[in-house]
Amino acid sequence: MNSLTKNYDAIIIGGGHNGLTAAAYLAKAGRRVLVLEQRHLVGGAAITEEIYPGFKYTVYSYVVSLLPPRIIQELQLPKHGLHVMPIEGAFTPMEDGNYIASYSDEDDTLAEIRRHSKRDADIFPVFNNMMYDLARAVKPILTMIPPDPANPGLEGLRTLRDLGGHLKSLGKEKFHWLTKIMTMSAYDFLREWFETDVLIATQAQIGVIGTFLGPKSPGTAYVLLHYYMGELDGASSTWGSQRGGTGGVSEAIAGAARSFGAEILCNAPVKQVIIKNGQAIGIALENGDEIVGKTIVSGCDPKVTFRTLVDEKELPSDLVDAIDKFKYRGSSGKVNLALDGLPTFPAMKDKALIRGMQEICPSVDYLERAYDDAKYGGFSKRPFLGCIIPSTVDPTMAPPGKHVMSIFVQYASYDMPAHGDRDQQRVAFGNAVIDSLVEFAPNIKNLILHKQVITPWDIEQTVGITEGNISHGELMLDQLFFMRPIPGWAKYRTPVQNYYQCGSGTHPGGGITGTPGRMAAAEILKDGN
Amino acid sequence: MRLTPFHTRTSELCDVYNWSLWCNWLLADMYAPDHIQEYFAIRTACAVFDVSPIPKYHIHGPDAVQFLNRIVTQDVLHCAVGQVLYTPWCDDDGKIMDDGILARLDGHSFRLTAGDPWLYWLEDNTVGLDVVIEDVTELGVLALQGPNSRHLLKTLTDTDLDQLRYFHILKTELAGIPVEVSRTGYTGDLGYEIWVEPPQAVQLWDVLFEAGEAYQLIPFGDYALEMARIEAGLLLADVDFYSSKKVVYEFEKSSPLELGLGWSVKLDKEYFIGKKALQQEHARFPSWGTMGLEVDLNSLETIYAGFGMPLYLPHGAWNEAVPVYSGGHQIGKATSGMWSPILKKYIAIARLKPQFTRPGTHVDMEVTIDAQHKLAQATVVKMPFFDPARKKSLGQD
Repeated sequence: MNSLTKNYDAIIIGGGHNGLTAAAYLAKAGRRVLVLEQRHLVGGAAITEEIYPGFKYTVYSYVVSLLPPRIIQELQLPKHGLHVMPIEGAFTPMEDGNYIASYSDEDDTLAEIRRHSKRDADIFPVFNNMMYDLARAVKPILTMIPPDPANPGLEGLRTLRDLGGHLKSLGKEKFHWLTKIMTMSAYDFLREWFETDVLIATQAQIGVIGTFLGPKSPGTAYVLLHYYMGELDGASSTWGSQRGGTGGVSEAIAGAARSFGAEILCNAPVKQVIIKNGQAIGIALENGDEIVGKTIVSGCDPKVTFRTLVDEKELPSDLVDAIDKFKYRGSSGKVNLALDGLPTFPAMKDKALIRGMQEICPSVDYLERAYDDAKYGGFSKRPFLGCIIPSTVDPTMAPPGKHVMSIFVQYASYDMPAHGDRDQQRVAFGNAVIDSLVEFAPNIKNLILHKQVITPWDIEQTVGITEGNISHGELMLDQLFFMRPIPGWAKYRTPVQNYYQCGSGTHPGGGITGTPGRMAAAEILKDGN
Repeated sequence: MRLTPFHTRTSELCDVYNWSLWCNWLLADMYAPDHIQEYFAIRTACAVFDVSPIPKYHIHGPDAVQFLNRIVTQDVLHCAVGQVLYTPWCDDDGKIMDDGILARLDGHSFRLTAGDPWLYWLEDNTVGLDVVIEDVTELGVLALQGPNSRHLLKTLTDTDLDQLRYFHILKTELAGIPVEVSRTGYTGDLGYEIWVEPPQAVQLWDVLFEAGEAYQLIPFGDYALEMARIEAGLLLADVDFYSSKKVVYEFEKSSPLELGLGWSVKLDKEYFIGKKALQQEHARFPSWGTMGLEVDLNSLETIYAGFGMPLYLPHGAWNEAVPVYSGGHQIGKATSGMWSPILKKYIAIARLKPQFTRPGTHVDMEVTIDAQHKLAQATVVKMPFFDPARKKSLGQD
């Protein structure tokens, strides 16, 4: 500890990608910054680990899309190792042996849809245009400091005026679509456009990611739009994978932060924020050390930020109450496989699709039933699986000829069914995932050299995110914008003076976006801290 | 139209039937509907380009060194056996005719590549010298490029490729096929070019792709190559400059000094065609300089916002020259450019008046939206834009 400078302008609790982003911006502005990470590596839920020798797992997260070009530029992330490759195409096998695929080339996608429905193929570009338009309409909101409409203040009024003007500029039709998408279920919304069940399923699946909702639950259409806001190299709603796994994104941000002078300390779990007279003055580590800082920033989720790191008596009771009611509800798990060779999907006619995403989501009913299974606790017996095999384009992930498969699994709930045991549940969950995959890729079982199974509970245990929700709290309309994490405290500040929040539990929410970190840093600097 | 010795294989893989011609040889622009995957394979895994159409000359005989030193601007006397030189060559006025790579295969035996065929020029300049020039363009050449290329090649030979230095060449066998392997390429990455006699070409392709499966090897076409070479700051004939023998007007010609190739012009050697003119030009300072540009994205975003559009980035390389301005006056042109997905930068290669070539200088580059000309701010930078350590590093580094 002696090597640490004793006096910091800002101490960031949690070296997740948002904490690192905030650190980078604060250090860039000339602040003396210290990042404290409880684990032995930075990145939080965006990390790469070699769990099985020679094979790199993107342990929790799996794709990159929402990291804005502005942050990439401002922090010069490519210089520090950012190397994101677009994932080419998606493949969804169906239960009858047929399949549907999508490509980065729209004509190829349309040819695929046309095999299922000429009508849907013809309307798909119109739908895509509308979604692109709506995403563009909503995007500026993502980088607005959320004003509280009930108590906006002068600056908030200005933002609200800008927001109103912006919405008005969309025109009547787009505004109506926007209202619909904000309130409908993904299924109902898509059903207004398409007749092909599997096509709807491939889209609706996007609408449930990170939520504990089914494709027919209201609110999921918005989540679909949320992911349409992703972009890569100017192409909208394109997913990418980072060379060497998503840990490379965190490493790049950490590299940028260090280049601006920030210090990053791993294996340094923080016990609590030290508060004197309603003012944060430093932190206490679990080992008993105390470090003084003018500003303390939490990159942790709202529960940890307000309920673990701070004593209840320092906070107003209505805030404590609201934070306790904030919904985390981790809904997804992860299975990482080390494979002895490439799996074969008998339905996959275009072999190049093995380099894209493979989505086990053969119908809307499959997805809704997966939700039904898990909503009473436990996991889906036949879950939705989003798979990528990054080693097909990135040789750094596995030895020559071998592969890693990264499987995003939904639904897996944090809650246990009655009479459950965590370890047994994990094994059963892993088996359900493999069995569901085997239905469409029969040879995969024989290829598995190693399997890592992660439930939301595991995410909580290791990364520290409450209930293992990868977005630090569900992305639902009642928990977004000026209500994220709770109304009145959506501007990255807290009732404790000089104590700030910068995690995905703040606006604009989850995904590897860095945006909460960047906006929190801007607010901190604005306050003169 | 001529077909390269690998055509039976490239044509099988070229799903999109997207071909163009290079010196009347058929060349794949891209193999899949989106060339970006091919570009990323060059930068992440490894990929193969059929570079067979490149004109090639086997130059040998007792006076080969003397002859080549007459033609090219590099000093061939200092080229060791097994070494490869990049070199331009010029006309009597010191204007660039073409460029290529020159490999010293033996004491008196060289191979020269070129962008265009120049047999007449080479032969016309042999007067009084004991040298033989053979057109060996038929030779098959594959450019295997990317961070994985060495790992892949090592599985096919016992030769110590770890020690093959950048811009060097050696003779070996790959899976029993006699080849020459040079540590060269046009991508600015770790990479090799493999030279093979036409009868063994298909066999070479097959063993390479069989072994390549474990290394994510894919073929790449001209579109991906264009992107890689811009990032590497490598100029392209007929795009960034024109051969003095193929244009009519003086303003279309350029000297290697103007193109930033001064490092490859050895003014201190005894004689070469164009030396006098280049010496004079060197003394009075060239009229142009060639530098990189980085387009300011905020400025570009503002321009697009004026059209109610989000920032638009080109998907691939462009190669139609656009004017570059300073203070409202044109001071040069950008001859090719692209959005670099690796660097996350909008980059361009530009010919600028000398007083604007200092890195950090602010200039404006023209962009056209809906047939309206706008100016985006840009900064002059040094090239190459992308220069990974692996390009030159030895194996096991």
